[in-house]
Amino acid sequence: MIIGETPLPSGALGVDVVAMTMRFGGFTALDNVELKVRPGSFHALLGENGAGKSTLVKCIMGYYRATQGGVLVGGREQAIANPKEAHALGLGMVYQHFTLVPAMTVAENLVLARDDVPAVVDWTKEKKLLAAFLSRMPFKVPLDAKVSDISAGERQKCEILKQLYLKRRFLILDEPTSVLTPGEADEVLGMLRAMVVAGDLTILMITHKFREVMAFADDVTILRRGKLAGHGRVADLTPDDMARTMIGAEQLTVQPPRVGEVGEPRLELTKLTALDDAGAIAVHGVSLAVRGGEIVGIAGVSGNGQRQLVEVLAGQREAESGEIHIRGDLYSASRKEMRRHKMSLLPEEPLKNACVGGMSVADNIAFREFDRAPFASGGWWLNRSAFRKDAERKIGLYKIKTRTPDTPISALSGGNVQRAVLARELGGEVEVLIAANPCFGLDFAAVAQIHAEIMAARNRGAAVLLVSEDLDELLELSDRLVVMFHGQLVHEARASEANLTEIGRHMAGH
Amino acid sequence: MADGTIGLWTVPLAVFGGAVRVSTPFLFVSLGECITERSGRINLGLEGTLIMGAMSAYGISYLSGSPWLGVLAAGITGALLGALHAGICSLPRVNDIAVGIALMLFGTGLAFYLGKPLIEPTAARLPAIDFGWWSDVPQVRAALRINVLFLIGVAIAPILFWAFRTTRWGLLIRTAGESSDAARAMGYSVLWIRLRATMAGGFLAGIGGSFLSLFYPGSWNEGLSSGQGITAVALVIFARWNPMLCLWASLAFGGAAALGPALQSVGVTSGYHLFNAAPYILTLAIMIITCSPKRTLTGAPAELSITR
Repeated sequence: MIIGETPLPSGALGVDVVAMTMRFGGFTALDNVELKVRPGSFHALLGENGAGKSTLVKCIMGYYRATQGGVLVGGREQAIANPKEAHALGLGMVYQHFTLVPAMTVAENLVLARDDVPAVVDWTKEKKLLAAFLSRMPFKVPLDAKVSDISAGERQKCEILKQLYLKRRFLILDEPTSVLTPGEADEVLGMLRAMVVAGDLTILMITHKFREVMAFADDVTILRRGKLAGHGRVADLTPDDMARTMIGAEQLTVQPPRVGEVGEPRLELTKLTALDDAGAIAVHGVSLAVRGGEIVGIAGVSGNGQRQLVEVLAGQREAESGEIHIRGDLYSASRKEMRRHKMSLLPEEPLKNACVGGMSVADNIAFREFDRAPFASGGWWLNRSAFRKDAERKIGLYKIKTRTPDTPISALSGGNVQRAVLARELGGEVEVLIAANPCFGLDFAAVAQIHAEIMAARNRGAAVLLVSEDLDELLELSDRLVVMFHGQLVHEARASEANLTEIGRHMAGH
Repeated sequence: MADGTIGLWTVPLAVFGGAVRVSTPFLFVSLGECITERSGRINLGLEGTLIMGAMSAYGISYLSGSPWLGVLAAGITGALLGALHAGICSLPRVNDIAVGIALMLFGTGLAFYLGKPLIEPTAARLPAIDFGWWSDVPQVRAALRINVLFLIGVAIAPILFWAFRTTRWGLLIRTAGESSDAARAMGYSVLWIRLRATMAGGFLAGIGGSFLSLFYPGSWNEGLSSGQGITAVALVIFARWNPMLCLWASLAFGGAAALGPALQSVGVTSGYHLFNAAPYILTLAIMIITCSPKRTLTGAPAELSITR
């Protein structure tokens, strides 16, 4: 590397953020935030979505230029204008969204990441060097495989290896375990922890999993709404202390208790097979029955066919073979059938899959019923005041924060978009509910409300199919849990008796 | 038949000779577009670039007497038009396809305007190499008179194929085209990479244009291009963004285009216009066979506006 003459101390680096403020126009994302990461420590950065964690680390990495305040690297003030300068100082970051190029091989991705990519790459020599580097590393990845062909866990390992290959001494990890099974998460974090203890590396990890903070971190800093809410040694804190500091004084919706009888099978999938966009089999002969008054959770690492399965149920994708029955009737996801069977959907990424971003909140809430009385007369003449009245009622009931019912829904925050979809899908009677990662990226208040609504729908007798990448969510809500791997259902357990280790093993395909 | 010595062999020979002649502009434009699209942008303006290249090559060749200076001028003109496309596209919320269509019309119109005085004079033309010296048969000699630009194009295809894998610039272009997030996270400027890739693409397309005015048909007039620029853009999709496949696709397309005249030369005149449409029928047929509504195109750079 060309930073040979850099006068910074060797080994793990410490980074301090001093009185940092970041404004985007009129919005203050960071307000006078302090952060002290000791060299050779494992530091957790906690906070809700929108608390400013990502903005803070992006300011450190030179992605954004802070409005005020500075960064000290190894005790020295540094003006970091862009990521390249951060890299030259030995700072690296593993992003939440993968930054590997899917169409390239692992080896190509690693070499490409270097600051000194040779004009002409001698692949024989580079591969030999990479193999030698990998032999010194705690985890292995297949060098010649295309990134698009390896599992999410391997990709995350690749991202981390890439940073180590680049000899980073201060590493920022943005929710590194969100795509990993619990076992993989422990493996990866454990190995990084060992490197920290050995004094080679300092780690700053953004996370919202208290379990990982308690198990791996030395120190913690907590942000709330762009401000420093607290910091301290993990050993002196409990998960409850940290949760309270994160949320502040906000009241969370209380989840109703699990009541009612489990009824007859209502949603039945028979040997359902579907392809992904590349034409490969994504859902492979899935058979499953969900009864009324029951939540069936589908666990699995992202990319094992869950998305395609939900798309088939939502009518967004055609099944290759197999059948879906609701109450014994063949179901092909037409609007008529959805209405007859009182089918509701909470798809993932609701703004993309369940809303028209440019249309108003009121219009989006009315999608299911807009062509029937009282919203329309004769099936075609729309009654705008009925739209508005219904929307106003639901906005109040579901605590949707919007300026007016006529605001375009894309202007709302993620939590409020999901609340609007919730109001539409669960506002009437529900017999079948399909929910896919309904709480992904939302804050505590929204998550509590969504969980409460899903549980309430179950208690009213709905058959609920909940697809989620968050095991804690599945264990909390489900009556029954199945694990999906490579498009097949590979394991089933009652949620109350489920064993986390065993489920993790099945998620990884063992 | 005039000499009767080779009979029906005239047809494949003429198709071969025609393939070489007709494919050269396709080859250059598609290789250029391949570079641009691999970086994540589509430049539909290459039709305009092609015609501007043809005009400037003819003009410079006429003024200087050197056809090679004309080729260079065509390349530079193309690179400048590429820079214009990339420059406009680097502004926020600008669609590369719309800009491409605008530049196609702009390039064509500008070339006709500037090229008015060039319709009359005759410029020095590009040389060809006689690979048919060993034969006495005039058809063989004609088919094997191969222009130098074609040979250069044939050499560029494998070089590009190699460069995409083993050079820094190749890797960077692919990164920008596959994941601009990844490129940015590595500290590279995606706009800068795409600017250079679009300029390189324009350079090659301009040279493709110089072939039209300096070799075949070998003069400058307003009916010079019959949509080769835009067809070559489609060829890149058909060739799955692979330079070697661009070469074969250009040859197949050129061969199909030569089919009509070749059949006519042996006396098959019925359906002449139908045979002239062969390249387009071929393209349509291949597109229908290889595409499916259920899957995305394999090999397509993920950042292209048509795949995103």
